[in-house]
Amino acid sequence: MDWAKHQIIETSSILLLVGILIVVAIGGLVEIAPLFWLSSTIEKVQGMRPYTPLELAGRDIYVREGCYLCHSQMIRSLKDEVERYGHYSLAAESMYDHPFQWGSKRTGPDLARVGGKYSDEWHRAHMTDPRAVVPESVMPGYPFLAKRELDYRNIDQNLNALRIEGVPYTDEDIKDAKADIELQAGGGDAEGLKAFLARYPKAQVRSFDGDPSYVSELDAVIAYLQMLGTLVDFAKFDAEGPNLR
Amino acid sequence: MPAMLQRDEWKAFSDFLALAAAALCVIVGLILALAGEDRVIAFHGCLLLGAAGLAFLFILTQIVEKKEPRDATGYADGVIRAGVIATVFWGLAGFLIGDIIAWQLAFPVLNLDLPWTNFGRLRPVHTSAVIFAFGGNALIATSFYVVQRTCRARLAGRWSPWFVFWGYQLFIVLAATGYILGVTQSKEYAEPEWYVDLWLTFVWVVYFLVFIATIAKRREPHIYVANWFYLAFIVTIAMLHIVNNLAVPISLVSSKSYIIYSGVQDAMTQWWYGHNAVGFFLTAGFLGMMYYFVPKRAERPIYSYRLSVVHFWSLIFIYIWAGPHHLHYTALPDWAQTLGMTFSIILWMPSWGGMINGLMTLSGAWDKLRTDPVIRMLIVAVAFYGMSTFEGPLMSIKSVNALSHYTDWTIGHVHSGALGWVAFITFGALYCLVPWLWHRKALYSQRLVEWHFWIATLGILLYITSMWVSGILQGLMWRAYDSQGFLEYSFVETVEAMHPFYIIRATGGLLFVIGSLLMAYNLWRTVRGDEPVDAADQPRVAAAPEFRPGEYVAPAE
Repeated sequence: MDWAKHQIIETSSILLLVGILIVVAIGGLVEIAPLFWLSSTIEKVQGMRPYTPLELAGRDIYVREGCYLCHSQMIRSLKDEVERYGHYSLAAESMYDHPFQWGSKRTGPDLARVGGKYSDEWHRAHMTDPRAVVPESVMPGYPFLAKRELDYRNIDQNLNALRIEGVPYTDEDIKDAKADIELQAGGGDAEGLKAFLARYPKAQVRSFDGDPSYVSELDAVIAYLQMLGTLVDFAKFDAEGPNLR
Repeated sequence: MPAMLQRDEWKAFSDFLALAAAALCVIVGLILALAGEDRVIAFHGCLLLGAAGLAFLFILTQIVEKKEPRDATGYADGVIRAGVIATVFWGLAGFLIGDIIAWQLAFPVLNLDLPWTNFGRLRPVHTSAVIFAFGGNALIATSFYVVQRTCRARLAGRWSPWFVFWGYQLFIVLAATGYILGVTQSKEYAEPEWYVDLWLTFVWVVYFLVFIATIAKRREPHIYVANWFYLAFIVTIAMLHIVNNLAVPISLVSSKSYIIYSGVQDAMTQWWYGHNAVGFFLTAGFLGMMYYFVPKRAERPIYSYRLSVVHFWSLIFIYIWAGPHHLHYTALPDWAQTLGMTFSIILWMPSWGGMINGLMTLSGAWDKLRTDPVIRMLIVAVAFYGMSTFEGPLMSIKSVNALSHYTDWTIGHVHSGALGWVAFITFGALYCLVPWLWHRKALYSQRLVEWHFWIATLGILLYITSMWVSGILQGLMWRAYDSQGFLEYSFVETVEAMHPFYIIRATGGLLFVIGSLLMAYNLWRTVRGDEPVDAADQPRVAAAPEFRPGEYVAPAE
């Protein structure tokens, strides 16, 4: 090989720059771009829906507090994980997650299917003082969540931004976003509730923090935790079917 | 005469441009401060307003007083001196916060259960402080130093280099205060929100322009190998940063946004970014540093030119593919996982190409490892680089990753690279740079460098060995079955088992902090101009260039 030829590149800043650009672009193009158009990437499942405004507010607090740094939301397809946490996570289950919350470290356990595993009372006690219920836990306490009123003045803007990105919120979802929060936290009439549940099937409605006088940040966080992994109907999911990747 | 006039016109134009940019930032800051929908963006608007206002006034006084900021060497070294100070400052801050959160994991009461002090908010402060504040300032400062010397050209731009420096510090302050106040995108190592990302993009583009323009006006025919690596780092980080952070803010005066990608595509994009933040920020950039400071300090030419050509192009090509190894056995399609694993294993070779080129540069001068603790620091850094780039491909193998992923093994792996490679090569460069930049005859104390080296090395060893044990132990406990065929341990039993290792790790971290305090003290005494206590023991190359006349100069200085 004629090594002198490399001098053409190393004596021209433009050639060097263009060379670098080409070389570093290839890997990403090959690995990322197909995920947007290969239909097998995301399984066809039943039950997935966008987050309710209260769940979304809870998710935003989950992000704000950095929960993802110690808790994954991705059950790998390994025997012990499936036995410990439940069915391995599907790509479809995070299709409305902007951004994803799969995590990279389990200082605490996986939360992908934590919904319904513990009572609201347990979550309340645990969030306020984790060691009151799990003595060996190293999780920080979040006593301030119960005391803080949830700020949802602009929650419709949150839904709207997500709709721009492709999450299928309807005009009604955005118009009613504030009312939906109060309703899901236990402050609504039967008629509104029916319409709400029609738009957000399987949504759980109650005062999650046990104090119905106001909607707290803890209401939102528990509402989010209690729905995690509860949407997809695994009785109807066929891994061997056309979804198999 | 006409040429002079042209230069004056050009100068006036650049002054005007700098003033206009500062004024524009004042206006944007004012808008955010007054119309911000949440308190954090209003606070950040105030910071921008204050910083831009000060910059405006400063530029104005410089123009009025007609000051010519010229360094005696003809190079723009003021901005590099500032970068060196910032590197040391942010390094100390980042290491200290890292050790605090390490103790939090051992003793959770240290979280204080306040929003601003909990692990979840402090951890991004630690990672951003060490990667972007410490590492970033080290890269910007050394790249400005290296590109001027190896191109024999003054840094391009009158105000731009200083804008890069101060703009970057503002980025760090905006990011860190944002995390503490709960503003984050939750993408690891890309946590800053949309408006901070935009600010960094401006700063980075100017950084790129300064760097490439300096190369373009070089008085050396060849572009030195260190600059290839710095350039690849700057260009690729721009690409990664922009693509990974595309987001829709909920309003133009709100700090909250949502990333445009979701779920599996977002995961892939994030780890394409995340792994190449390692590959290009923490590897390519610091290899640039290695390619200047190792031969310089050893007073030997680079071992192999061919190896540098081969490993440069293969390293930057292959690194980009390695991201999916962060997503083994997840919902990412298998083809992408396998592709990521394959390239990660191949990556071992170009990585070791760099290691060999760095280590073998010492051929014929191995005795310096014994006599010069600065070169020992540089070379041990390269050795740690070799170790972690062997461990990385190993951990990217799916069956190994099944055990290691989600455990402390990953944390240990990262720190053998971050402490052993990135920090040590930076410390070595700082020990070289401070006497050179402040025109001193030697470092204040070489013995203190010895102490720093051994204390920090011991700290690193405690850190990575405890994390190996805790990571592998926890991975094995998660998958352990009892004789009945049930999972043997509950999750919290595996947490309990980590406790002694978390104490060892935090102790190792503390040693590392103590070592860097010694460095800060030593460098401060050097900057102050105190008489060196052991100048006779130090190699000639420790002195600033003007104190060692007539010597062999390689690479160009």
